[in-house]
Amino acid sequence: MFWPIFLRVITSGDLWQASLQFAALLLLPALGGVISERSGVVNIAMEGMMLIGCYVSVAVTLASHNVLVGVLAAIMAGGLLALVHGVVSIHFKADQIISGIAINVAALGLTNYLNIVQTGGQGIPSLASSLRLPILSWGPLGQLPFIGQVLFQQNIVFYLTLIILLGMQFLLFRTNLGLRIRAVGEHPQAADTAGIPVRLLRYACVVSSGLLSGLAGAFLALGVAGTFNPNMTAGRGFIALAAVVFGKYTPLGAAGACLIFGLGLALSVRLQDTGIDSNLLATLPYILTIVALIGLVGRTVAPAADGVPYEPGSAE
Amino acid sequence: MQEQEKASLAQVEETGSALSPYAVEMREICKAWPGVVANDHVNLRVRRGEIHALVGENGAGKTTLMNILYGLVRPDSGEIYVNGERVHISGPRDAIRLHIGMVHQHFMLIPPLTVAENIVLGQEPGGSLAIYDRRQARELVLQLSARYGLPIDPDARIEKLSVGLQQRVEILKALYRAADILILDEPTGVLTPQETYELFDVLRTLARQGKTIIFITHKLREVLELTDRVTVLRRGRNVGELVTRETNQAEIARLMVGREVLLRVEKGPARPGPVVLRVENLHARSDRGLEALQGVSFEVRAGEILGIAGVEGNGQSELVEVLSGMRRATAGRITITHVSGEQRGKTYDITQMNAREERLVGVAHIPEDRRGSGLVLSDTIENNTILGRERWPRFARARFILRLREIAQWARRLVREFDVRTPSTRLPVRALSGGNQQKVIIAREFASDPQLLIAAQPTRGVDIGAIEFIHRRLIEQRDAGKAVLLVSAELDEIRSLSDRIAVMYEGRIVDIVTPEASEEELGLLMTGGRPAPSGPPRAEQAPAPDESMS
Ligand SMILES: Nc1ncnc2c1ncn2[C@@H]1O[C@H](COP(=O)(O)OP(=O)(O)OP(=O)(O)O)[C@@H](O)[C@H]1O
Ligand SMILES: [Mg+2]
Repeated sequence: MFWPIFLRVITSGDLWQASLQFAALLLLPALGGVISERSGVVNIAMEGMMLIGCYVSVAVTLASHNVLVGVLAAIMAGGLLALVHGVVSIHFKADQIISGIAINVAALGLTNYLNIVQTGGQGIPSLASSLRLPILSWGPLGQLPFIGQVLFQQNIVFYLTLIILLGMQFLLFRTNLGLRIRAVGEHPQAADTAGIPVRLLRYACVVSSGLLSGLAGAFLALGVAGTFNPNMTAGRGFIALAAVVFGKYTPLGAAGACLIFGLGLALSVRLQDTGIDSNLLATLPYILTIVALIGLVGRTVAPAADGVPYEPGSAE
Repeated sequence: MQEQEKASLAQVEETGSALSPYAVEMREICKAWPGVVANDHVNLRVRRGEIHALVGENGAGKTTLMNILYGLVRPDSGEIYVNGERVHISGPRDAIRLHIGMVHQHFMLIPPLTVAENIVLGQEPGGSLAIYDRRQARELVLQLSARYGLPIDPDARIEKLSVGLQQRVEILKALYRAADILILDEPTGVLTPQETYELFDVLRTLARQGKTIIFITHKLREVLELTDRVTVLRRGRNVGELVTRETNQAEIARLMVGREVLLRVEKGPARPGPVVLRVENLHARSDRGLEALQGVSFEVRAGEILGIAGVEGNGQSELVEVLSGMRRATAGRITITHVSGEQRGKTYDITQMNAREERLVGVAHIPEDRRGSGLVLSDTIENNTILGRERWPRFARARFILRLREIAQWARRLVREFDVRTPSTRLPVRALSGGNQQKVIIAREFASDPQLLIAAQPTRGVDIGAIEFIHRRLIEQRDAGKAVLLVSAELDEIRSLSDRIAVMYEGRIVDIVTPEASEEELGLLMTGGRPAPSGPPRAEQAPAPDESMS
């Protein structure tokens, strides 16, 4: 009973379409993680930033009746939360893990609270399709067998994510600015003595990670779920964090990790009619990720000054 | 001096920039850190085109003063003039704009990046938003390196370069930023004699081209050899501004320390006793898996200092690590024989022992990397003085519960006896200057009354006052009948302290000679050359093992 279903599932366009969508959803916060950690600031608060993005996108879209406004508001909200993390960890040099945990917990509580206050505990109803992020139409391309479904029937944010992915890979490894960001993350003292504004760059990178996480939240709420549910990110921000590490702190690496994880997630959904216990299936993405990554990746090395606040003129 | 004078005046006219003959003038600079005044109304005047030495004991405030000039540290008060003009330097960017460059005590290079990337960083061709132009960056570095005669491979990764080459990259980095005033903070501390020699050539050439150089060092010989004038600091204050030609080592040393300093080691003849350390055919691998030791054999007797000389990287570090239990030997045998105390006559095979076990059988070790393996920097002086001995009955009940009062007393005694300058033994070791950190280790190791003392680079980066102190203590240990193994990159140190000198080259001991061997002869051995027939006097062979047991 298992193998025929498995074969059918694995060759279906549905599975791969869903895999790519899940992957993109993880990749946005992962890219945020990459740029933040590359600049030397540990950010484990993508989860919270994403969740705020979910809530704000839905709330603002409902209020303004405009998806674009909702998305922009979500991005801003993520960025603002990241700015808080930046001030705490760059300006006040506080522990970045603790700041991250605080933001995650606060975001969860705040969105729950606002959700209850706003709807009187009823929950937000499903959004009308005009208030959702649309699937981008590629005309005849979308009709191609298999490929059409997998590549050309995706949400508009999916394509945006691809552009951001390539853009960030290029920025980090092909431009002068990218060289400076990497320098700041490896050895801020050295960067400072070379005349690079260390703190400014770190702020910019942390805030970018928030903007991306906010966008991911909007994608999840307005593009995938079509509503807001409490804690709807369900740990995606943390999985993104793992993707950052497994991807060796590079955008393309993170994309690879997200892809494997997205496939696992999609598989665990589609294999449910094989009769395997659903709880067991739910562990599949994690197991698949770990196996694939141990086999493919090996050791990863974080930027040398990741998580270390910069102290100008310090003895070392 | 006069030529120098004229040259620098000509330079002024040429650039027409200012009336002031000074490239840098710092006036009444004050800077206090919590608990210490690092700079107390310090004045520094550096003429254009000269090489100016800045000297002073550990913690005298040299680095702080230069960090202020480079914008890394803000002074509490004081004024800075560059080429006669009052300037405000609030960050390295301002310093770079004023054509000030600095080579730091701890290099400011990014190990995983390439030479070219490190050099152009922050001022890449095309500006911040452009695509990184690898070809042009490479080209610029090659031009620069040709112009100043500093050959370098622009595509090499920093982490693969020797310390000497890394320093060259630092100098090129400053020159790339068009530095006219170049600060070098203890540049020779990590260099081999050959590299130092090359550096001096480079600096002389730069000065001839009109660059102004500020040079920090603890080695007075270098001050005399290289510089034109000297500024001396003591405990954050100016104590002298000298013309190098008109002074000598003794005068500078006296100003630095505030008393007469013995620059030469005074020691009587050694009275070697029986063999304590015996090393036979030792083999070991380096971190990279290369054969670092390829059959090393030697003996150290009670009451003698055996010096190990050699260009760094020829196996000395690995040898010390194996002997002190921090690295595994792949073959060979090491034994320790007690020649005094309760276990007199007893021989231990320590080949497979770890560092803790070795301490128990009477091996003391002053490690080369004091900040990494000698001290717990963030812990108190007190705790550092019992490090590795915390289970001794004296310091712990049932090996487990620390006797805190006993430890505090012990630490206070050591601090007093070994002249560690600190207001309290409860301070973290990090708060001490380099020389005083080294004294903590030495106090701890000497106080354990060992049979064998291994001292690796015991005076690296410490000032002359502390060097004198450490040297005296090493001789004292020898005279008290300890076996002392001294490993040092300083040939002077090896020659003045050792009773016999073993020269290492490529993982082997190529010869063992007496300290009367000339510097040239040693140099030849150290670079793998064979001694001439009339070569260095051979040290007497150690007598056969059984004889020494008596
Ligand atoms: N960032 C800092 N915070 C606190 N104290 C400091 C700091 N930097 C230096 N100090 C203290 O200021 C004093 C002067 O230090 P500085 O590094 O300038 O000495 P130095 O002359 O360069 O010594 P060395 O020869 O050991 O390098 C020392 O007592 C040191 O402990
Ligand atoms: Mg210093």
